[in-house]
Amino acid sequence: MTELTNLTVAEIRDGHRAGDFSAVEVAEAFNANVAGAKALNAFIVETPEHAIAAAKAADADRAAGTLKPLSGVPIGMKDLFATNGVQTTAASHMLEGFVPRYESTVSAKLWDAGCGMLGKLNLDQFAMGSSNETSYFGNVISPWKRKDGGNAALAPGGSSGGSSSAIAARLCPAATGTDTGGSIRQPAAFTGISGIKPTYGRCSRWGIVAFASSLDQAGPMARDVKDCAIMLENMAGFDPKDATSLDLPVPNWEAALSSDLKGKTVGIPKEYRLEGIDPDIDAMWDAGIAMLKDAGADVVEISLPHTKYALPAYYIIAPAEASSNLARYDGVRYGLRDLPQGAGLQDMYAATRADGFGPEVKRRIMIGTYVLSAGFYDAYYTQAQKVRTLIARDFEQAFGMCDVILAPTAPSAAFGLGEKMADPLAMYLNDVFAVPASLAGLPAMSVPAALNREGLPLGLQIIGKAFDEQGVLNAGLAIEERAGFTARAEKWW
Amino acid sequence: MAIDQATVRKIASLARIAISDAEAAAMEGELNGILGWVEQLGEVDVTGVEPMTAVIPNTLRLRDDVVDADPLTGGGRRDDVLANAPAPQHGFFGVPKVIE
Repeated sequence: MTELTNLTVAEIRDGHRAGDFSAVEVAEAFNANVAGAKALNAFIVETPEHAIAAAKAADADRAAGTLKPLSGVPIGMKDLFATNGVQTTAASHMLEGFVPRYESTVSAKLWDAGCGMLGKLNLDQFAMGSSNETSYFGNVISPWKRKDGGNAALAPGGSSGGSSSAIAARLCPAATGTDTGGSIRQPAAFTGISGIKPTYGRCSRWGIVAFASSLDQAGPMARDVKDCAIMLENMAGFDPKDATSLDLPVPNWEAALSSDLKGKTVGIPKEYRLEGIDPDIDAMWDAGIAMLKDAGADVVEISLPHTKYALPAYYIIAPAEASSNLARYDGVRYGLRDLPQGAGLQDMYAATRADGFGPEVKRRIMIGTYVLSAGFYDAYYTQAQKVRTLIARDFEQAFGMCDVILAPTAPSAAFGLGEKMADPLAMYLNDVFAVPASLAGLPAMSVPAALNREGLPLGLQIIGKAFDEQGVLNAGLAIEERAGFTARAEKWW
Repeated sequence: MAIDQATVRKIASLARIAISDAEAAAMEGELNGILGWVEQLGEVDVTGVEPMTAVIPNTLRLRDDVVDADPLTGGGRRDDVLANAPAPQHGFFGVPKVIE
């Protein structure tokens, strides 16, 4: 029998259903992998008992003939989702020791579907970062290494870096992620796995620690497209507790998966051809175009003229929303309190926030506070929101000519830890291809497509029309079938 | 428009984040780098363009005017609400004395 930890979500679900193995065996196998992978630092909290309890329930349900959609499947939960009775920190000192008394909608749905939790996954602090180097609980290390004889520790991407690293290292078959400006797709690309950010509003934001509410969207990360479809079906759905939740039925994405793209048109955005970009990225993109043609699709060049303004608009809008959302950390209601001797209320706020937030979080709160302050609001914030309208309009016009858009997920393969930390702007630029779809609220996914010359994975991104996750998943499947990406990181941890 | 250290300290005060002089000095450069870069947005012609308000068309719903319609977000959960408070007192959030 194949090693249980090499199975996909679909294989675990179906194998458990068929009686090939027990859910407890699966949970124990993944718990052992988690316990043996401390060097990756992918988890902030491990919850083997949660995984075992859900597995026992799954085995009992099988005996009773009352199986649930994901009975027997253990997963990782990004530590941005509030979990009842289990510490939830957003990888910050501010929330260290915070134990929610309620469950986020998305995690509750997954437990109701039969999943068990292997642990809470590390991330960039408050999901702000692209390399998982801003966590208060230490860097997550990618399981991948460059094939250059060196031993440099590589970034697993961010902000869902614990999720990507854990899946790539077979510590869990799937995990939740959240994507504000690429935080599902870029880490998926860096670690050779798949991940989808659905249309804004598909997954409830209730119980997810807020970063930038008009952009935040949960989604699954897994080893292949089918698993992403299965997971997303069990995460999405209307929630009256989220004012921006979409009141739409959840499609049966798994059943409708099809890699036959006859009659579909794929748009190739000319503005995404960056000068001086890594030739391996361009070569992968060209190979992806050929794969989609081979699947029956027509390919057309499209234009998204405001692409170069997406990142600067994002770095006004996201910090502005963050400065407002993070105002709740006041040392009074939950989380850290730093009360210097003799300090009053205002000094307590300032001391608590100085102590509880890391440098990148402070930087973004400061930027956000500035662009929302009297006298600068129109010049920065209103202008950025107008540009955001133009970016969404670019996509609308492009989708008059095509069904999905194909582009690279990131402008580079995984970089080394520490390589970009000195310059915030260089780090921000890594999300250049991911941010436009976030600003437009569109579904987008990354699928592994190739290895670069250093032996590191590269991802292709598919962006779809609003509500058309199916079109995105189908194009992703067409690439997956043709790319034949089977490479995995050699175990060193 | 470049910001100086006095402005950095002003923003930090608005954001209720205590910063040292050394941090203010470091942040001056970082924030100016980021603000200088985002200023390229000024070159976009936005004549007649409305600022984005909702990225996916959606209407705000009103729930029924019912007390505790959803037990998760309703009342009667004082102990849960206070469970993570750093200094609860007598069933309330505790704060340092604010009256002179």
